[in-house]
Amino acid sequence: MSAAISYRQALREAHREALAGDPRVLLMGEDVGCYGGSYAVSKGLLEQFGPERVRDTPLSELGFVGAGIGAALGGLRPIVEIMTVNFSLLALDPLVNTAAAFRHMSGGQFSVPLVVRMATGAGLQLGAQHSHSLENWFAHVPGLKVLAPATVEDARFMLAAALADPDPVVMFEHTGLYNLEAELNAAASEPFEAFQARVRRPGRHLSLVTYGGSLPRCLAAADTLAAEGLEAEVVDLRALRPLDAQCVLASVRRTGRAVMVDEGWRSGSLAAELSARIMEGAFYELDAPVQRVCSEEVPMPYARQLEQAALPLAPRIVAAAKSLFGADLP
Amino acid sequence: MIDIRLPALGADMEQATLLEWRVQPGDRVEKGDILAVVDTTKAAIDVETWHAGTVSALLAEPGQRLPVGAPLATLSPVDGDTAGAAPAAPASAGAGQAPAVDSPARPAAGAEPEPAPRGAGKGRRRVSPSARKLAAEMGVDLDALGREGRTNIGPAAVRAAAARQGTPVAAAAGKAVTAGRPAVSPAARRRAAQLGVDPERLSGSGPGASVVRADVEQAAGAAPPDTPADAPAARAPAQRTAAMRRTIAAAMTRSWREIPHYHLSEDVPLERATRWLEAFNAGRPVAQRVLMVALYLKAVALAARHFPEFNGHYSERGFEASSVVHLGVAIALRGGGLAAPALHGCADQPVPALMTALNDLVRRTRAGRLRGSELRDPTLTVSNLGERGVRALHGLVHPPQVALVGFGRVSQRAWVRDGWLGAAPVVTLTLAADHRVSDGHRGGLFLADIHDRLQAPESLAQLPLQADRDLQAPEQTP
Repeated sequence: MSAAISYRQALREAHREALAGDPRVLLMGEDVGCYGGSYAVSKGLLEQFGPERVRDTPLSELGFVGAGIGAALGGLRPIVEIMTVNFSLLALDPLVNTAAAFRHMSGGQFSVPLVVRMATGAGLQLGAQHSHSLENWFAHVPGLKVLAPATVEDARFMLAAALADPDPVVMFEHTGLYNLEAELNAAASEPFEAFQARVRRPGRHLSLVTYGGSLPRCLAAADTLAAEGLEAEVVDLRALRPLDAQCVLASVRRTGRAVMVDEGWRSGSLAAELSARIMEGAFYELDAPVQRVCSEEVPMPYARQLEQAALPLAPRIVAAAKSLFGADLP
Repeated sequence: MIDIRLPALGADMEQATLLEWRVQPGDRVEKGDILAVVDTTKAAIDVETWHAGTVSALLAEPGQRLPVGAPLATLSPVDGDTAGAAPAAPASAGAGQAPAVDSPARPAAGAEPEPAPRGAGKGRRRVSPSARKLAAEMGVDLDALGREGRTNIGPAAVRAAAARQGTPVAAAAGKAVTAGRPAVSPAARRRAAQLGVDPERLSGSGPGASVVRADVEQAAGAAPPDTPADAPAARAPAQRTAAMRRTIAAAMTRSWREIPHYHLSEDVPLERATRWLEAFNAGRPVAQRVLMVALYLKAVALAARHFPEFNGHYSERGFEASSVVHLGVAIALRGGGLAAPALHGCADQPVPALMTALNDLVRRTRAGRLRGSELRDPTLTVSNLGERGVRALHGLVHPPQVALVGFGRVSQRAWVRDGWLGAAPVVTLTLAADHRVSDGHRGGLFLADIHDRLQAPESLAQLPLQADRDLQAPEQTP
């Protein structure tokens, strides 16, 4: 299709395709049915596929994630929607100790083909408890795979890749991206690979590496930098576990300078992990230390100006990029 | 004597009305006892004392409206209370300690006088959070600043104090100094080792004045950074030559030491190529004529696409083939010296455009106006000895590349065709290659490919749309 669609619509279309294409697929979560999804992703799906395929669950993440795991073990292909990553904390035990561990603990006899989708991120003044970016916690766990679609194309096609995986896949949707609009190419030029990073914008002076909701911020920062003669290459990680370190390393080896942009807090962040990998894999190609632009190390403020100051927005990214160079920019 | 002043009992309180006194002169009070009740716009609030002592005098009347800070009463301290005319933080008072420093807007209830705890200067000392952090990093004594009478201390004041103190501002400015050595980036160090430059003696253009790769390349004497806007650094020719000699020496020593070379050679008849050139150049002005070297470069570039083991870089991680072919072209410099900068896009340009680009490259190389990318990028070097050279070139591979293709002098030689002895223009084509990456069999095939392409100059000269189209079966030489 050549008309522009939103990230939200792309997700909906992905669900429609999955539900129509495989009778084992079902969507379950709080308000996904009658309400159409708290971010309107599943609007209309209950009417189209019925209450067996689109299930409203009680208000218990621990309960319904467990049920989803059971469904997956039982042969279904459930998509469990946890409203946001903030509430996923209540379901960490089944995700980490059951879903992620069963293939290993059963000696490969069975696995948990579960897909978990969650909204994530800050920017809507939802306060300290509802603004987390905890992708790194999930990316830490062997047995889980983690995806972070940041474009309309990824929103459309990553779900299918997640469903095809026989192991649990967690997909993060940044709340700031739901209204993002773009045209989808009917025929993609290359086969769709979910678990690969991609260079969204080539450049030769430095590499901006990011994922999810920070991708538009990096692209905006790259525009600003370009106006000053600094060409920033923007790399979208797309998959957070496994990390496509090769793509990142290839970029950094070309440019010699890197800035990681991550909405999580600095300490123990994905940015820190990538920093280590860059140091391990491209140390002798670095012309400056790797920089990290992350959320300020505070519980996310409610007040708008404070929240904006805490997030890794384009001005801070530009400043970090410039700090990689001396007084004379190249 | 302790002055009890009206405290600010809310962030936005500016004044209050005294409602009633709860003490009289001569009363003994302990910390926390209520002295008076005041009425703010919101509620009636008790005013407590932070000091123990005896009420000495009451200074306000019930019903009187007072601004925050107005004196309410005086208290004479008990023996042993350390507070004097300038009460320092009472040893055990909670919020009473150094209120001026910690709460910019609000003095503690119970009224510390406004001056800074040390008693010097007027006005409450306020230090912003960023200034406090900076002071901790830079080792600036905030109390000293307070003593100078500063009341609102921001980061600028802290930096100024640091400069006066002689605290090295380096830490705050982010100067990159590592354990006494000047900072050199890893990429710069490695490049310096390749080029035979001492990076620690250079001045750096990187963050914190660190030495970066571009600085090393510039110092190696051949090129300014890769920006069209920059004028090349002016360098005396003698300096440049000496630096270049050092660079070449380092590179050739390394080549000899590290690369196990093998050498192959092949004689290539150039009748068709010569005839094609004559036809092409006939009627063209000198500036537009194409020389044999352009055909050589084109043939090698196209062949290299099919033989990746001769096109790339060798590092401690092993060989990495390059996905594009950037031919380094060996160019002799006047006054001695040699450079082999990259001629970009050889495989893709039609031969006339390639000749133009080559002329430009030679001119800029001899003028010392090369770009960093031209020094950095070569993946395979071609050296053509030309008319005055010898029959065959047996060269050294230029690390980190893994091959060198050489062309000797084109000369008329005895040549057998169809069983008959005749004369033909022939050039000896040689290959020096890194035996860690390739072997003689592949080397032979590579040379044979170049040989074949030079037998079909018409197709060589065109823009290739797909590499395979150019691999035509070699025609028999007539």
